[in-house]
Amino acid sequence: MAVLRAILIWSSIVGVIGTSLIVAAGSEYLAYRSPVYVGAGFAGVVGLALLLMQPLLVARLLPGVPMQAGRRIHRWTGVALVLAIAVHVVGLWITSPPDMVDALTFTAPTAFSSFGVVAMWALMAAALLAGLRQKLHLRPQVWRLGHTMAASIVVVGSVVHAILIEGTMGTVSKTLMCAVAIGTWAMAVGRLKPWAGARRGRR
Amino acid sequence: MSRIAIPRRTFMATGTAALVTAGSSLISPVRAQGLAATTTMRGGSNNYRPGAPIVERIGGGGFMMSGTVRRAGDGAPLAGIRIQIWAHTTEGRERDTRSHGATLTNADGVFQLEMPQIVPTFGQPHGHLAYDSGDFETVFLRPVMASARETSLSAHFVLQPA
Repeated sequence: MAVLRAILIWSSIVGVIGTSLIVAAGSEYLAYRSPVYVGAGFAGVVGLALLLMQPLLVARLLPGVPMQAGRRIHRWTGVALVLAIAVHVVGLWITSPPDMVDALTFTAPTAFSSFGVVAMWALMAAALLAGLRQKLHLRPQVWRLGHTMAASIVVVGSVVHAILIEGTMGTVSKTLMCAVAIGTWAMAVGRLKPWAGARRGRR
Repeated sequence: MSRIAIPRRTFMATGTAALVTAGSSLISPVRAQGLAATTTMRGGSNNYRPGAPIVERIGGGGFMMSGTVRRAGDGAPLAGIRIQIWAHTTEGRERDTRSHGATLTNADGVFQLEMPQIVPTFGQPHGHLAYDSGDFETVFLRPVMASARETSLSAHFVLQPA
């Protein structure tokens, strides 16, 4: 039974991410884009894939991955996610500097730009909290609540960003991937209950 | 002799309301505004290349960009107005020189320019149009296609004399 569950969970994750990448790789729009633009777009898709893995890793929701290993991988996946977003932003900047400047200054005509930029800054906050955890000397409960709140903004912002974009991702696979990202985030937050610790700590 | 009793509070309230209404020009004389000028859209000037040449069509064509140009106020159609058009198409990126071209309005203030099929870029299938010739105030438009499958797009200018 446990084996069957493991196979089911792993195959659906690999299926959702794999399908999204394959559909995006087959997009007709790619033919009209420069290599840098193509790379920047795919960095965004990879970022979304890494993002949906993060809650699974940290909350021990992946069969066969123990808590300690999951947390360790979660850190490295986090680093990869920051790099993916860096490639995404820099690549789009090279592709069209004025459009990226508009996005970063919140003056873009497209709403998804703002959601993406907010998610990016929240990602930086979550990553900084993780990287400076030893130096910050925050109470564990406070750190956990802060990191979870920043991560929640990343998830919601990224999902809205992705859904509103008309790009290389297929509508069905993109919606599925976003639904899984929201689902895994909700499951992880529900399981880890970061608020419970904070309340306990104040007493 | 009859006296109309107006309580002081009513008098003050009515008087204040009247002053505020008049002061805020809610009841000022109607000014003949007419047709309001088009304002530049967000991101409209992105990847603009001033001075693109007037062309028969941009690249191989297949997609129709059209629109009208009128004067602010009276709405009179403006003839011979130079409108520049550019977009990310099947033949080039927004920044590429070959993606840019200009055309002139006819006697009815109508312009149309054939260009390659627009494809979505930066998350939206959109085109760019500019009026930037000096006689009127500069306007940049960035219309979005209802669907990436559309083969035409239009945008309308109402220009304010400079």
